[in-house]
Amino acid sequence: MRLTQGTFSFLPDLTDEQITRQVKYCIDNGWAVNVEYTDDPHPRNTYWEMWGLPMFDMPDPAAILFEVNACRKAFPRHYIRVNAVDSTRGVESLRLSFLVNRPPEEPGFRLERSDTQGRSVRYTLHSYATDQPPGQRYA
Amino acid sequence: MSDPKPTPGEPGETPEAQPEETVTLPEGATVNLEAEFKASQVQEVLDKLDRELVGLKPIKTRIREIAALLLVDRVRRRMQLSAETPTLHMCFTGNPGTGKTTVALRMAEILHRLEYIRQGHLVSVTRDDLVGQYIGHTAPKTKEVLKRAMGGVLFIDEAYYLYRPENERDYGQEAIEILLQVMENQREDLVVILAGYRDRMDRFFQSNPGMSSRIAHHLDFPDYSVDELVAIAGLMMEQLNYRFGEGAEAVFRDYVERRRKMPRFANARSIRNALDRARLRQANRLFADPARDLTRQDLVTIEKEDLLASRVFREGELDAD
Repeated sequence: MRLTQGTFSFLPDLTDEQITRQVKYCIDNGWAVNVEYTDDPHPRNTYWEMWGLPMFDMPDPAAILFEVNACRKAFPRHYIRVNAVDSTRGVESLRLSFLVNRPPEEPGFRLERSDTQGRSVRYTLHSYATDQPPGQRYA
Repeated sequence: MSDPKPTPGEPGETPEAQPEETVTLPEGATVNLEAEFKASQVQEVLDKLDRELVGLKPIKTRIREIAALLLVDRVRRRMQLSAETPTLHMCFTGNPGTGKTTVALRMAEILHRLEYIRQGHLVSVTRDDLVGQYIGHTAPKTKEVLKRAMGGVLFIDEAYYLYRPENERDYGQEAIEILLQVMENQREDLVVILAGYRDRMDRFFQSNPGMSSRIAHHLDFPDYSVDELVAIAGLMMEQLNYRFGEGAEAVFRDYVERRRKMPRFANARSIRNALDRARLRQANRLFADPARDLTRQDLVTIEKEDLLASRVFREGELDAD
């Protein structure tokens, strides 16, 4: 089950050249780009691990692709995404975030129902990947 | 980015077309290099170089050659022939004050105008910016510098200090290895220019043959001749808004001829120092009579007595250089 988090997630995987063009757009707009990875695919998991520091003053997208490939080499079976943060006044938040690497097999989610007061049911998602401890999730 | 090159045969060419996606020519078509040359901005770059830097014949020749290769490559791409980016790493050697750092600063702009590098910025580093102070510090430090330089030129001044064979706890070798790897694998992303004095660079290359083989252009900066030094002085004076007074230029030429034979002559830097001292003496001469009203002419002119006061003339000794 293909994860559909972030921009471009319904499209086929972006090629390196397409990633470079997206990163160039971010740099041209003056946004800071950073690379993050995780193996917990839950949609509420916002705290992914950072790969190195955010790259504030990189004038060229080749440098960021260098970091993306280094992260892919270190964690080939994790989700890796590229974020771009806009620091202009009034915005100060994430502008673009897209996945650049996925594990080969993505087991997906199941819906968990829990009964609360009376007949009300609360729903959450549980990802099958988190049945394994971190580091052993995608064999 | 606006594309000044006229692409024949397609009036509806979209403005976002990258320079590489030009119209391909049919079999048997011919190309005209002169038209290509006029359409690019190469002549402007070469003219600017000629105007602003005096002498430096081998460097200007080499830049012209690189520009010619660029044009031919462009035309080859139009004919669907492969045109791989050539290796552009360079090494500048020469005596002090011959313009190595100045040309390196210009090279980034020139290569960007010739469209060999994408961004055209220059990152100027010395050994301290690449080598760490403790184990594990060098690799991230060097990688950070390389990432900042991608798309532009990395200028490493006094590159031989990276290699310190006598100290086994020195991490310069690690920095050199990372550099070598990036210089080879990411040739289209980065241009590295090393600079330094000739004999020390020779020793550095002897102990690092890998580095020497990755450098495509070894350029030697010759010492300037007397005419060139006087011309440089003229350019500097123009920039500083000064001019030579009556007979001062001949005196200056004489000064340069004498100073050249003396020890520790640093070419253009010595000229700059000499002009600064002349300005100092001019200021003191004008200040000797503070009540006098000065015209623009007085403020701008350096008279021959300002130059003759130098110890080079009076005693045949160096001024505090």
